[in-house]
Amino acid sequence: MSIFVDENTKVIYQGLTGSQGRMYGLLNRAYGTKVVGGTNPKKAGTDVDGVPVFGSVKDAVAATGATASCIFIPAPGVKDAIMEAAEGGITFIVAITEGVPAHDEAWFFNKLKRDFPHVRLLGPNCPGIISPGKCNIGITAGHIAKPGGPVGIVSRSGTLTYQALYELQQNGIGVTTCVGIGGDPVPGTSFIDCLAAFQADPETKAVMMFGEIGGSAEEEAAAFIKANMDKPVVSYIAGVTAPAGKKMGHAGAIVSGGKGTAKAKMEALADAGVKVGNNPTEAGDLMAEIVAKL
Amino acid sequence: MDLYEYQGKQFFAQYGIPVSAGGATADVDEAVTIAEKAGYPVVVKAQVQVGGRGKAGGIKLAENADEVRLHAGNILGMDIKGHRVDIIWVEHASDIAEEYYASFTLDRSAKKHLGMLSAQGGVEIETVAETDPDAIAKIWIDPVDGLDEATARAWVKAANLNPAAEDGAVDILTKLYTAYTEGDADLAEINPLILTPDGRVHALDAKVTLDGNSVFRHPEYEQYEASQVRDERETAAHEKGLQYVGLEGSVGVIANGAGLAMSTVDVVNQVGGKPANFLDIGGGANAAVMAGALEVINNDPAVRSIFINIFGGITRGEEVANGILGALERVTIDSPIVIRLDGTNADEGRAILKPHLSDKLQMAPTMLEAARVAVELAKR
Repeated sequence: MSIFVDENTKVIYQGLTGSQGRMYGLLNRAYGTKVVGGTNPKKAGTDVDGVPVFGSVKDAVAATGATASCIFIPAPGVKDAIMEAAEGGITFIVAITEGVPAHDEAWFFNKLKRDFPHVRLLGPNCPGIISPGKCNIGITAGHIAKPGGPVGIVSRSGTLTYQALYELQQNGIGVTTCVGIGGDPVPGTSFIDCLAAFQADPETKAVMMFGEIGGSAEEEAAAFIKANMDKPVVSYIAGVTAPAGKKMGHAGAIVSGGKGTAKAKMEALADAGVKVGNNPTEAGDLMAEIVAKL
Repeated sequence: MDLYEYQGKQFFAQYGIPVSAGGATADVDEAVTIAEKAGYPVVVKAQVQVGGRGKAGGIKLAENADEVRLHAGNILGMDIKGHRVDIIWVEHASDIAEEYYASFTLDRSAKKHLGMLSAQGGVEIETVAETDPDAIAKIWIDPVDGLDEATARAWVKAANLNPAAEDGAVDILTKLYTAYTEGDADLAEINPLILTPDGRVHALDAKVTLDGNSVFRHPEYEQYEASQVRDERETAAHEKGLQYVGLEGSVGVIANGAGLAMSTVDVVNQVGGKPANFLDIGGGANAAVMAGALEVINNDPAVRSIFINIFGGITRGEEVANGILGALERVTIDSPIVIRLDGTNADEGRAILKPHLSDKLQMAPTMLEAARVAVELAKR
């Protein structure tokens, strides 16, 4: 099994007719994802390499039965695109777009929670989700992920998510689902959401969690692991040597007022029984040791 | 984007938040003109984005034109904790009966806006939080609901401000919330928020951080972008659209993706080196971007070796390798380079690089190994 998406998930792409939407939509289809449509109010009735384009999410859902959407709309339009998806009947929204204002993120996070509690948002500013061999939604290169499990991955940063997949592939370890939650201040899906889903997924036997400096999401995840998980967890936190007060690329990756340091996160995780690697390779090796004993 | 006090006060004024009459200048004569207009006594304040400027002598009271001239002359050009004072703010000095603290910021954990209000202002809120946490009245605001007047009034009562300040505080807090949300601020802080002996409430200081992602709907924020405090290297990188943070070491770091770049900086430290920078060139790695990145690193005199750490996702190894070679044709690099290339079509990419390898251009199989080589080269 896998979490959130599998071989039956039907996906539409909001922004399919744009260069990024087209490229990744078609790459995802080539991987085997059920790419059933795209939206563009001005190009309804056309198609992108055989993928039908609809005027709205509502129309696309009615025609295709899609339950998931992947958003490649530029940042100014993301808030409206997410609400259109939720109102149109989509229950799993993946927002790849980076550069979305934090106030928009805080607004649609709370709006979805209130009016569309059954909808899950992943991102914005995330690489997407891949259940290897079944479904790939977003910008992850599918072939670096080995299908089959037994490990689930959740990671904040894009290229570090790939690094996590790659470290496991190098060790011959398969992945049930790999979720990139993104590095923005208000991610739609949290570490805890993914950890809970992995804990409940019978095929996931262990979890790899890659975090980074800033905020307190990793500390909250540590508390969750301690209280709710019996599956082994391996972690790595990027930014151990990042100076305070400097934003390290991601809007969320900043150590401020002595909070959000990698050290505090690593200690909280270790205290929760998590094996913490000092770099991605070490984390991969720690996971290999665990998988060998399963 | 962090605003200077004078920019923050101008920002507040746009939303109707009362601030003292005054103006910003880099010129002593103009400081006098502003002072005459604001009315004596005035306060001359150094504009730097660092705390402790009062203790450093960066804030002075002036009773007349001669004193303005004296203090403005002393403060302009002053060095406060490594920050040179280029601009001063001159404003009418306020009589203070009481000092409060007020701010809005995003609580990432609660995923709601957090308002903090305290009757103990004028000091760092972190200090109050440690010594007397009950003195801070906090409210969490759902962005969908916003802040209404009744909630603001209950909040002001909970903070135990002087009843004389209640109406003024409610008015300022609702306006501050509007400024914070409509202005796309990460932080909007007034410390101190003052009550004057004649019963007026107003903002004596302004600390504002704006969300750089919101510039598309606030084109006027470009001006703040231009006045951000950066070192020379950061300015050069920023002009090329690169995510760069200057550090103190000798190993130049180039990586694709913020997380991998952070991780690269960590690994260089772990093997006993000191990174010169954090540099994220983004997901792709074409020749133009790579050349720009190498140029920025090459211009840093502290750099002794360069570590290029690329994980190809959608960007294939061949593209990355050709990007690096293309960049090396455009710029002459003084320091030796170590490349770690993994991910999609890494073998093909390595094959392209192989004929070009030398003492000046090396390749290592893993991130750790590449870091070791780069650190070793930096020590030579």
